[in-house]
Amino acid sequence: MIGRARFAFTMLGFGYAFLYLPLVLVMFYSFNESRLVTVWGGFSTKWWSTLFANEAMLSAAWLSLRIAAVSATLAAIIGLAAGYALARARAFPGRSLFGSLVIAPMVMPEVVMGISMLLLFVGAERLFGGPDRGFLTITLAHVTFSISFVAIVVQARLADFDRSLEEAAMDLGATPWVTFLTVTLPLIAPAVGSGWLLAFTLSLDDLILTQFVAGAQSQTLPMRVYSSVRLGVDPQINVLATVVVMVAACALILSGWLTRRKA
Amino acid sequence: MKAVIALPFLWLGVFFLLPFALVLAIALGINAPDSVPPVELGFSLKNFVLLFTDDLYLAAWLTSLRIAATSTAVTLLLGYPMAYAIARAAPECRPLLLMLVVLPFWTSFLIRVYAWMGLLDENGLLNQFLRWSGIAADPAPILGTEWAILLGIVYAYLPFMVLPLYATLEKLDAGLLEAAADLGARPITAFLTITLPLSLPGIVAGCLLVFIPAVGEFVIPDLLGGTETLMIGKVLWDEFFTNADWPLASAIAICLLVLLVGPIALFQRQQARSLERRS
Amino acid sequence: MSEPIIRIEGLTKRFGAVSAVDKVDLEVARGELFALLGGSGCGKTTLLRLLAGFETPDSGRLLIDGHDMTGVPPHLRPINMMFQSYSLFPHMTVAENVGYGLRREGVAKTETATRVAQALEQVKLSDFATRRPAQLSGGQRQRVALARALVKRPKLLLLDEPLAALDRKLREGTRFELVRLQAELGLTFVMVTHDQEEAMSMASRMAVMEAGRVVQVGSPHEVYERPTSRFVADFIGIANILAAPDGRWLALRPEKIVLSAAPPDTAHTAAGRIVDIAYEGGRSLYRVALDDGHVMTAATANVARIPDISFRRGESVWLGWAEDAGHLLDE
Repeated sequence: MIGRARFAFTMLGFGYAFLYLPLVLVMFYSFNESRLVTVWGGFSTKWWSTLFANEAMLSAAWLSLRIAAVSATLAAIIGLAAGYALARARAFPGRSLFGSLVIAPMVMPEVVMGISMLLLFVGAERLFGGPDRGFLTITLAHVTFSISFVAIVVQARLADFDRSLEEAAMDLGATPWVTFLTVTLPLIAPAVGSGWLLAFTLSLDDLILTQFVAGAQSQTLPMRVYSSVRLGVDPQINVLATVVVMVAACALILSGWLTRRKA
Repeated sequence: MKAVIALPFLWLGVFFLLPFALVLAIALGINAPDSVPPVELGFSLKNFVLLFTDDLYLAAWLTSLRIAATSTAVTLLLGYPMAYAIARAAPECRPLLLMLVVLPFWTSFLIRVYAWMGLLDENGLLNQFLRWSGIAADPAPILGTEWAILLGIVYAYLPFMVLPLYATLEKLDAGLLEAAADLGARPITAFLTITLPLSLPGIVAGCLLVFIPAVGEFVIPDLLGGTETLMIGKVLWDEFFTNADWPLASAIAICLLVLLVGPIALFQRQQARSLERRS
Repeated sequence: MSEPIIRIEGLTKRFGAVSAVDKVDLEVARGELFALLGGSGCGKTTLLRLLAGFETPDSGRLLIDGHDMTGVPPHLRPINMMFQSYSLFPHMTVAENVGYGLRREGVAKTETATRVAQALEQVKLSDFATRRPAQLSGGQRQRVALARALVKRPKLLLLDEPLAALDRKLREGTRFELVRLQAELGLTFVMVTHDQEEAMSMASRMAVMEAGRVVQVGSPHEVYERPTSRFVADFIGIANILAAPDGRWLALRPEKIVLSAAPPDTAHTAAGRIVDIAYEGGRSLYRVALDDGHVMTAATANVARIPDISFRRGESVWLGWAEDAGHLLDE
């Protein structure tokens, strides 16, 4: 027992080192004077100023943030509906198809989704003359693959949900809709909140789907990062990585706090 | 309730299901570089025939499956002890330990892959370390090899393995192991006969969560792999963006989908069953 | 005789092939404390949920206060329920929980506040109004659930295993408390329980259920002393079932049997040997194997701390009972 636990904890330490060492090094080298990312040339914040003066990068970040906010909100609403339907509607025509549709985008290779959504938009353009590829198409694509993640989180929360609470509300005179608003929604709100955050992060980070559906004008942050790192390591990206890790850590602490509050 | 079902059903039907019909239609068409979009509709199986006769594509399929399977196995071997350790840790430590596993997942995938580029380069930190420590005087570059892709996949998908494993291991009743010990099982026997079989759903879910996306992975082979290691996701990307051959790219997408439909269905069944058990 | 508050006519509810409630006819009068008693899976909870409106019957009628409840959703029924697990809303304070039903009725804020305060006083929880359910003990939660249901002044209160989640000591006190409240407020209570002691001690009338059917309705005294079937006789308390000469069955309660060393002077006697003794504090139970092979149970009240005579296992004894000690069963 002791020996096995010690082995497992050693592996856990090794796993954490594996997960964090590369990130720590990237963050460390964001303060490197040298342009060469592998050679330490002294402490400097010059790449920080370079990044924050990089118009193209900043406008890409702004576009990504707007897309992420809109798509996460839409995905939260639709994902809430999907999760609720999966947890509560036991039998309806097409339920197993519905279940597959909700889960599949989660694991579907992104290149497959990317090409299929692009062809949809190209088809729509031919038939209806729109939508133009850009903000709207990227948002639609992001919503589509984020729905699954929200739905799974909501469905899991509802599976643990004590249904007699809803019956109690109805027994006390609440209509089904009022019951949902006053009892169900407040109690699953943390799950919807973490689903929203998840969708937001996924959207902010998506490269492949975006590259397919973005069109010529729109450049999101991951697209900029990708075209930059294809050419090799770039100290500005190290700065960006540092910011991203910090923001992610804050978001995670926030979401952890949200879920703990539910208890 | 009808509206609640209809909204996501319609959305996913239009934006997820319907496009696959279009992909199939385009895959049966012929590349027409001079028209916009560069496709001539038709009913030709030549793209599919090409995918299964041309050595290049066949190699890409096999390499993808081999790399995905190997990296899934390595991720499981690393992830299982991690999940086990977290599940056995003091209950008040578990959320923090788990958060440390999840945190990288919340940072950018692209940036995490990028982080390895500086490490694995010919003059990268890893090789500097090897030279400095005297392990290897003239280490070969790792970036651009199949090893780098494997490493990248294990690194990027490790949280997806640990999470479902932890979920099943955490629920495991410690009393069962005590009962096994009481009945004469040595720790290793108790692990093999109790813990391992009961964590099987987590193993299956974790492996599928790594394997399915890894087969079609693009970013990792593109940034960490070299020109000689072809993975099918990257081939699709290149056919589409570099060669502008939409029908061939579509055909690859269809084949990838057919290849993965089994694992995806298995994953969905697993997911539905584990949720049903909870309610 | 006024209209009964509940009239159930041929009510049936099936789950798949199983009839959870099977052609039940039942009437509950105003002001009764009515208990539905039965083992698990007998249909008592389903019947309660049919009353509350959480299940829809497959056939039959249900009238509450003379109104047909068919198709009336739970939130429109003049009934409230106290849930087995209490089902307090964890995200609301005690006062918010109790006021929830009044807010749904659109009762004015000030009136809501007074009525909530009143209800909390009734259950002696005035000091806990701002606490969350998680910060209360089991007994306190039970009283919040009661206050939450009572504050609506329902015509009828349904209680689903009201005492099951409490520990034994608290259960006994709460029993009296519930009966007192019911009498004071003049309400009708319908309570579901699997605990016969609870039903017997609280109910003014009770229905014993088995396999979806009501097998006997009556006062606790009637049901105990005059069971109509072998099932009821056996389910409520302990009964010796003897074959009567005319092919019917006779139920004989253990405490109606005299146990003695010498042949007793009663209408019926039997000789046997003690095979088991269970000391229960207030009484002792003796299982006696008769010479013909049957085993009967007799009880003696332990009135003295040190009894004059005590029997041991293996001892030969006599059993005796009076002509009218047993009750002839209908089936």
